[in-house]
Amino acid sequence: MSTVTRPLRRRKPTDAEPDVDRGILSGFDRRKRSVRATMGGVHVLLFGGLVIAGLGPILWLAKAAVTSTQDTISHPIDLWPNGVDWANLSQAWFEVHIDQYFLNTLILAFGSWLFSLFIATTAGYGLSVLKPRYAGILNAAVLGTLFVPSVVLLVPLYLTIVHPPVGTSLLNNYLAVWLPAATNAFNILLVKRFFDSLPREVFEAARTDGAGPFRLFWSIVLPMSRPILGVVSVFAIIASLKDYLWPMLVLPDPAVQPLGVRLPAIQSQVELDMFLAALAISTIIPIVLFLAFQRVFLRSAGLGGAVKG
Amino acid sequence: MTILDEAPALIESERESAPVQRKRKRTPLTWFRGGGLSNLLFLAPMIIVFAVFSWSPIIRSFIMSFQKTNLITTSWVGLDNFERVLSDPLLGTAIVNTLYFALLALVFGFPIPLLLAVLMSEVKRAKGLYSALAYLPVVIPPVVAVLLWKFFYDASPTGVFNTILGWVGIAPQPWLQSGASAMPSLVIEATWAAAGGSIIIYLAALLSVPPELYDAAEVDGASVWRKVWHVTLPQLRGVLFIMLILQVIATAQVFLEPFLFTGGGPNNATVTMLMLIYRYAFQNSLGGNYGEATALSVMLAIVLAILSFIYFKVTERWSSN
Repeated sequence: MSTVTRPLRRRKPTDAEPDVDRGILSGFDRRKRSVRATMGGVHVLLFGGLVIAGLGPILWLAKAAVTSTQDTISHPIDLWPNGVDWANLSQAWFEVHIDQYFLNTLILAFGSWLFSLFIATTAGYGLSVLKPRYAGILNAAVLGTLFVPSVVLLVPLYLTIVHPPVGTSLLNNYLAVWLPAATNAFNILLVKRFFDSLPREVFEAARTDGAGPFRLFWSIVLPMSRPILGVVSVFAIIASLKDYLWPMLVLPDPAVQPLGVRLPAIQSQVELDMFLAALAISTIIPIVLFLAFQRVFLRSAGLGGAVKG
Repeated sequence: MTILDEAPALIESERESAPVQRKRKRTPLTWFRGGGLSNLLFLAPMIIVFAVFSWSPIIRSFIMSFQKTNLITTSWVGLDNFERVLSDPLLGTAIVNTLYFALLALVFGFPIPLLLAVLMSEVKRAKGLYSALAYLPVVIPPVVAVLLWKFFYDASPTGVFNTILGWVGIAPQPWLQSGASAMPSLVIEATWAAAGGSIIIYLAALLSVPPELYDAAEVDGASVWRKVWHVTLPQLRGVLFIMLILQVIATAQVFLEPFLFTGGGPNNATVTMLMLIYRYAFQNSLGGNYGEATALSVMLAIVLAILSFIYFKVTERWSSN
């Protein structure tokens, strides 16, 4: 489990008594019997509450995925199913074509990640390190889009997808999701700020050694920027897995839709047990990603959580 | 912001390039030798993608709000779109519903994560586990969460929530089925889905409260509650304000919950602004009232842009400290 690291400025306690690593309660408070009893209670309540609210629905879904419809409806909160029905999962996977939608979801997330990262790093590099004359204007134009709520884009962006400036309609084309996903000013801002904080001496040294702008980008700047690339990756992938309205609008053909868009549509067509199994399958990718990259997730969330809706 | 960013750059470039060099004539050749082409190559992907998928749609939405279009022919109609949108009887309902959602989201979604974060930071043990547990609902795709909760909200006595209420002797609730309880039901789910993110932010903010302040408060004989009220909360002022604005901006554009839970019903009790925009533009399969939809989005956007601007100014000051 990751632990939240404390800022370094807190001194090590020289003596046990004047504890500097303290919160609202002092060491003196904590030794009081009443406070200790209360904190014990708080501990239990907090743990119980968080397990029920955080883990509960996921565990319920996992159970419901392998329970028959009849069982789920008549005894919704039995802790253990009356006989495990593994067939739900395979039926959902093959008969409801969850396999296809699952693959679509992965393709969409991968493309959004790739385009977001590509645009954010090249733009961040251009604006922060190369800095041509027009960088200031560009920077302002990119930042300006942060003030424009996404609701404004909905209709005109849809019409742009239907009639793009070059070529034919992008409806049912994954580029219609990937490219707008890459126009994320917040990601560019994050990467630019990080590049701004990199030591200029290293760039100068590389340039003296004859590194051109491409070499500098690929061999110096990118390897130094792993932390921020991780954060941007998490933002891009999670945003892609969470999006609903936009992919629903620009991918009207069920064959290319991701799970998230398909689920509400198939609800009325399949039996409840299979549907709940499908829901469970669609939570697997994000949960696995979260468990694997927990620290990056929590750090990204702490970054202000300012991904605008 | 840009001024702040550019200032050091200017100083730097003046230091590096002597005034003599500056006076040299700029030709395409000096531009190329100075790395102009590779600069452009790095910035071109961003410029193209933003021009096509961000800047021009933004400008287009302002133009379109004064136009009537069916994708083939387009004509200027002045303020007709705005007039028609403003005289739509549903607009009032949508505004009230959106404000109601925002208000409930503040009532539920503001104190609960704050309280949990304060408790979590005081308990001290197993903080990583608690953060992970609290953050789990944020990770679940919103569509899955809504569809799952829709099942939990089953209004029959054997529904999941109604069964739990039955244990403590509360009669079954209609949840999504009644106009009065539909919106609170949506907000409870939305709060559950978003609380984890707020908790992580508050936890980080609580760490930055200087412990000396608590020491000082104790010297003055402050009780635990007074410490919370006079030290913790004032120290969190900045974060709380930011979270408030972010939440208002997000709730003003709420779509997924009403769309998937209730479709705007029962009896239009959950039609929100974005639902209305969606209905104008996309509900009619023969082609939408794009003009009216953009007129309404532009009006909503102006209000939200003001809020974003305040947010930006405050975070800028906050992060520079």
